[in-house]
Amino acid sequence: MSSSTGASLADELPDPDGRPPLRGDGAGTGRRGDRLFAGAATGSGLIVIAMVVLVGLFLLFQAIPAIGEDKVNFLTSRQWQVSARKFGIVQMLWTTVATSVVALVIAVPFAVAIALFLTQYAPKWLSGAAASLIDLLAAVPSIVYGLWGYFIVAPKFEHVQSWISDVFGWIPLFDRVGGVGGGTTIFLAGIVLSIMVLPIVTALTREVFNQAPMAHREAALALGATKWEMIRTAVLPFGKTGIISATMLGLGRALGETVAVLYILSSLPEGSKWTWSLFNGGDTFASKIANSASEFTPGLGTGAYVAAGLVLFVLTFLVNALARVVIERKKAFTE
Amino acid sequence: MGKRIDVKDLNVFYSDFKAVEGVTMTVEPRSVTAFIGPSGCGKSTFLRTLNRMHEVTPGGRVEGKVMLDDEDLYAASVDPVAVRRTVGMVFQRPNPFPTMSIRDNVIAGLRLNGVKNKKVLDQKVEESLVGANLWNEVKDRLSKPGAGLSGGQQQRLCIARAIAVEPQVLLMDEPCSALDPISTLAIEDLVTQLKEQFTIVIVTHNMQQAARVSDRTAFFNLEATGKPGNLIEMDDTQQIFNNPSKKATEDYISGRFG
Repeated sequence: MSSSTGASLADELPDPDGRPPLRGDGAGTGRRGDRLFAGAATGSGLIVIAMVVLVGLFLLFQAIPAIGEDKVNFLTSRQWQVSARKFGIVQMLWTTVATSVVALVIAVPFAVAIALFLTQYAPKWLSGAAASLIDLLAAVPSIVYGLWGYFIVAPKFEHVQSWISDVFGWIPLFDRVGGVGGGTTIFLAGIVLSIMVLPIVTALTREVFNQAPMAHREAALALGATKWEMIRTAVLPFGKTGIISATMLGLGRALGETVAVLYILSSLPEGSKWTWSLFNGGDTFASKIANSASEFTPGLGTGAYVAAGLVLFVLTFLVNALARVVIERKKAFTE
Repeated sequence: MGKRIDVKDLNVFYSDFKAVEGVTMTVEPRSVTAFIGPSGCGKSTFLRTLNRMHEVTPGGRVEGKVMLDDEDLYAASVDPVAVRRTVGMVFQRPNPFPTMSIRDNVIAGLRLNGVKNKKVLDQKVEESLVGANLWNEVKDRLSKPGAGLSGGQQQRLCIARAIAVEPQVLLMDEPCSALDPISTLAIEDLVTQLKEQFTIVIVTHNMQQAARVSDRTAFFNLEATGKPGNLIEMDDTQQIFNNPSKKATEDYISGRFG
C-alpha cells in the first residue's frame, strides 16, 4: 500500500513468485525509449539540485564580504543601518518568524477543519464548489491582501488589539506597544498571512483525507465508532504526515511573503526598544529587502541584504528538513 | 454469548435500486451460517444489513425486520453505532489500522468504548489474540505496526480486533478471498473454534469452504443483472450440498453456472 510519503512496503518485498523486488536500476530494459526517459528524469532531478546549490552559493558569495565589514554582530544585533555598516538581523528574524507562526497557528486548525468538512461531511455538490472557492483564495494577488489588510482590517482591528492588550497584557506576547498606530502590527500581518496560506494547507490536507482508505474507515465504523470517532481513528492518523507537510509548505509561503507584509506592517522607528509583543511593528526579511530594493547600490549595501536573504533561505531549508525528519520517523506506522 | 438472528421479509435498497428482495431466514446462535451465490447476488449486501453497515453507503436503506433475539435492529430508537458494537464484522481485505501497533489494533474497539484501565486492556489483548490463534506469533512484537504482518496474520488480527469487543454475532465478508491456502486453512480452523462462543455468518465464493466450515448454508441468486437478488433456499449444509431442493442451487454447486 502506498502512503503519502511516496514509499511503500510493497517496494521492499519480493514478488509472490519469489522474484526479487523491482528496483529502479533493474527495471530498465535498455531500449531507446527507456533510456531517453531515464535520462530526462535524471536530468530534471539534477537540474533542481544544481539550482538550489547555485542559489545558495550566490547568496553566500555576495553575503560574505558584507558580513566581513559588519560593525555589529550579524546574528545578535538589532541594528540595521546600511550606511553605517551595521548589519544585525535579530529584529527581522523575530518579525519573520513571529508573523509566520501566528499565521500557521490560525490557519492550520482552520484548514484541517475545512478539509474534514469537505471530505467527510459535506454533500458532493457542496464539497466540489467549496473546494474550488477556497482554491480561488490562492489566486488573489498578494497586493490585494495587503491593501485589504491595511485599509479595511487594520483600522477595525486596532480596537481588538487594544482589548487583547487590556485583558492579556501581562503576557509579554500581548504587551501594549507605544508608537505603532492603526493596528498595523505583527499580529495583523499574521492574520492576513493566515488567509493567504489557508488555501495551500487546505488543498493538501483535503487531498490526504480523501485518500484515507475506505477499508479503514469501514473497519472503524464496524467496531461501533461514531462518525467523529471514525475520523479520529482512521482519517486523522492517516493524514498526519500530510498535515505536517502541508503546514511546512504553508510556513514556506508565509516566511517568504513580501508585498502584503510590506504594506501592512509599520516600520519601527530608529532606536525603539526591544519587545516580544506581537503588537509591535517591524520588517520581515522579505519586506525589508523589497522596501530597500530601489536603493540598492552595488557592493556592501546590497551584500548586506543578500546576507539577510541567505538567512531566510537557511531558515526555510531548516524548516523543510525538520518536516522531513518528522515524517520519516512516523513512516513505519503509515504504510 | 451468541444470539439468534431472525430476518423477516427484508428488502434492501440503494436509493431507488432494489438490491435484495424478500429475504426471510433464521440464523441459529453459536453456529456457522454460510452465504453462497454468484457475484452480484446480494449476499454481501444482505450481510451488511445485519449490522447496519450498508447504511454507510449513501442511499442505503431497508424495508422489513431484523431481530437479534428480541431486539429489532431497525427500530427507530436503535442507534446503528450500538448495533455495530453487538454485531462485529471482518472484511474481505485485511484492514488493520496502519497507524496503530498490533496491541492498539486489538483494543481499538475497547478504546472507543472508553476502556482505559491498562490491566484490563493488556488482559484483553492477550485473550483476543489467543482467541484469534495469533498470540504465539506476535506476543514478542505487540508494539510493532499491525501492517507489518503477513496477510493471513493481518486477517487474524482483524478477527482479534472484532472479538475484543465481545460481540454477539460475527459477520465475515469473504474473509479468505485475499489469502493463500495455508492462511485460509488457519482462518477456517479459527471459525470452527469461534462458533462455540459467537454466532457466525460467513459470505464465501468458495463452496468447499462453505462445506467445510458451515452448519447451515443459504444460497442466493438473481434472475438477471439489474434485478434484485433473492434467497433461493437455506438448509443444513449437508443437505444443500448433497441433495438441494431447488434446481438453481444444484446447478450452482455442481458448477454449471456462476
